[in-house]
Amino acid sequence: MIESVIDFLLNDPIGIVILTVIKALALLVPLLIAVAYLTYAERKVMAAIQLRKGPNVVGWFGLLQPFADAIKMMTKETVIPSGANRVLFVMAPMLTFVLAMLAWAVIPMNDGWAIANINVGILYLFAISSLGVYGIIIAGWSSNSKYAFLGAMRSAAQMVSYEVSMGFVLVTVLLCAGSLNLTDIVRAQTKVWFFIPLFPMFVIFFISALAETNRAPFDLPEGESEIVAGFFVEYSSMSFGLFFLGEYANMILMSAMTAILFLGGWLPPLNMEPFTWVPGPIWLILKICALLFTFIWVRATFPRYRYDQLMRLGWKVFLPFSLGWLVLTAGVLMALGWLPNA
Amino acid sequence: MAFLDRTARSLLLTELVTGMSLTLRYFFRRKATINYPYEKGPISPRFKGEHALRRYPNGEERCIACKLCEAICPAQAITIEAEPREDGSRRTTRYDIDMTKCIYCGLCEEACPVDAIVEGPNFEFATETREELLYNKDKLLANGDRWEPELARRLELDAPYR
Repeated sequence: MIESVIDFLLNDPIGIVILTVIKALALLVPLLIAVAYLTYAERKVMAAIQLRKGPNVVGWFGLLQPFADAIKMMTKETVIPSGANRVLFVMAPMLTFVLAMLAWAVIPMNDGWAIANINVGILYLFAISSLGVYGIIIAGWSSNSKYAFLGAMRSAAQMVSYEVSMGFVLVTVLLCAGSLNLTDIVRAQTKVWFFIPLFPMFVIFFISALAETNRAPFDLPEGESEIVAGFFVEYSSMSFGLFFLGEYANMILMSAMTAILFLGGWLPPLNMEPFTWVPGPIWLILKICALLFTFIWVRATFPRYRYDQLMRLGWKVFLPFSLGWLVLTAGVLMALGWLPNA
Repeated sequence: MAFLDRTARSLLLTELVTGMSLTLRYFFRRKATINYPYEKGPISPRFKGEHALRRYPNGEERCIACKLCEAICPAQAITIEAEPREDGSRRTTRYDIDMTKCIYCGLCEEACPVDAIVEGPNFEFATETREELLYNKDKLLANGDRWEPELARRLELDAPYR
């Protein structure tokens, strides 16, 4: 009986589809809960840094706050502005949310634990995270509001600027790993995690990830003090909720990407006894949590960049620096004969 | 040299790291929050909260209907009507305070020659309707009965500064 079910799931075409759906749900449901608790964690950490307590009334230590927020969000009225392009207006938050979920298909939670272990995993990730800007641009344009439009413009310019240097950082990692497959990239870090030899790239990647997810200090697209809420001013109810979920899911995704590219994914810090007892996914989750804490920590520390400073940092600092470091890395690998697969 | 110094500092992100370490230290500090409905901050004896009409220990109301509070009230929130009682003493028949007009300046309390009208320590008297904030004499006397121990203590504590 059990054997025939396993056989059906692994070999029958319909079975493979069912199995994939189960796998996707097993990843996405915990992810959405993680997103809910990330908002809670953000409020708690920011509160602690500002000497406040944060949510502590709903449930023990306020632990049910995310659910209270979700219920509130879902029961609100969806307002569609009369001047808006209705189809695009409704589509934009869905696009943002779906893209944030889609990218998780290639993230390996453990050796071989990826829903789609494709050989161009990193290109796929990069492509999906670049598409994320469309949700924002469409939202800003279809709202037919000047604040939303300004936010969308800023967002587009910002994401394009930071993607370039991010691309160079990725290429540097690829040179060291010799593969575009995320599982192979992690395996290549068995001896030493890439953040040690490539530390400057690690920092650039992390800062670009902040810019890519529109997080402080690069949250110009939603800069509250100037353009109200930026691209999602006109959104309410669950369509706002989807942007919110998308943004936080993107934060987790970027942290996962950083963990996989630089912090050795599921690998324990040292390949010896007490560390190897802890299963791989736990290590990956711990690394993601540490990075997410840094995301929030940075938000609580730094003021927002001015628009021209943002552009200067992207084009005049990160781009030449990452390009230079790429050439340097390539040169060192070539000169010392350390190129993988060579 | 200054250029080198500046470049090195910005490349090594020294300022960012200093800022981050400062916020991390604050992260572990004791929180300044007073957890409001469960914890409350200290209140001065002079705190001007909800009004109350006091009585003498024998139960006789203090107010003699001199109307000084009504006269001094800058918001004209107090309305008093008075006539002699059966025993010939002068008492109010009506003493209303419109709490929505009141600006909580405390002048009524200061004008009162017999410490009858006072502003107490209570500030949690929010209501769901406006009408509930139009206090009459019964409500004010009930407030006085409810808060009397605290009101007497406050007057005693503040007496040296009056």
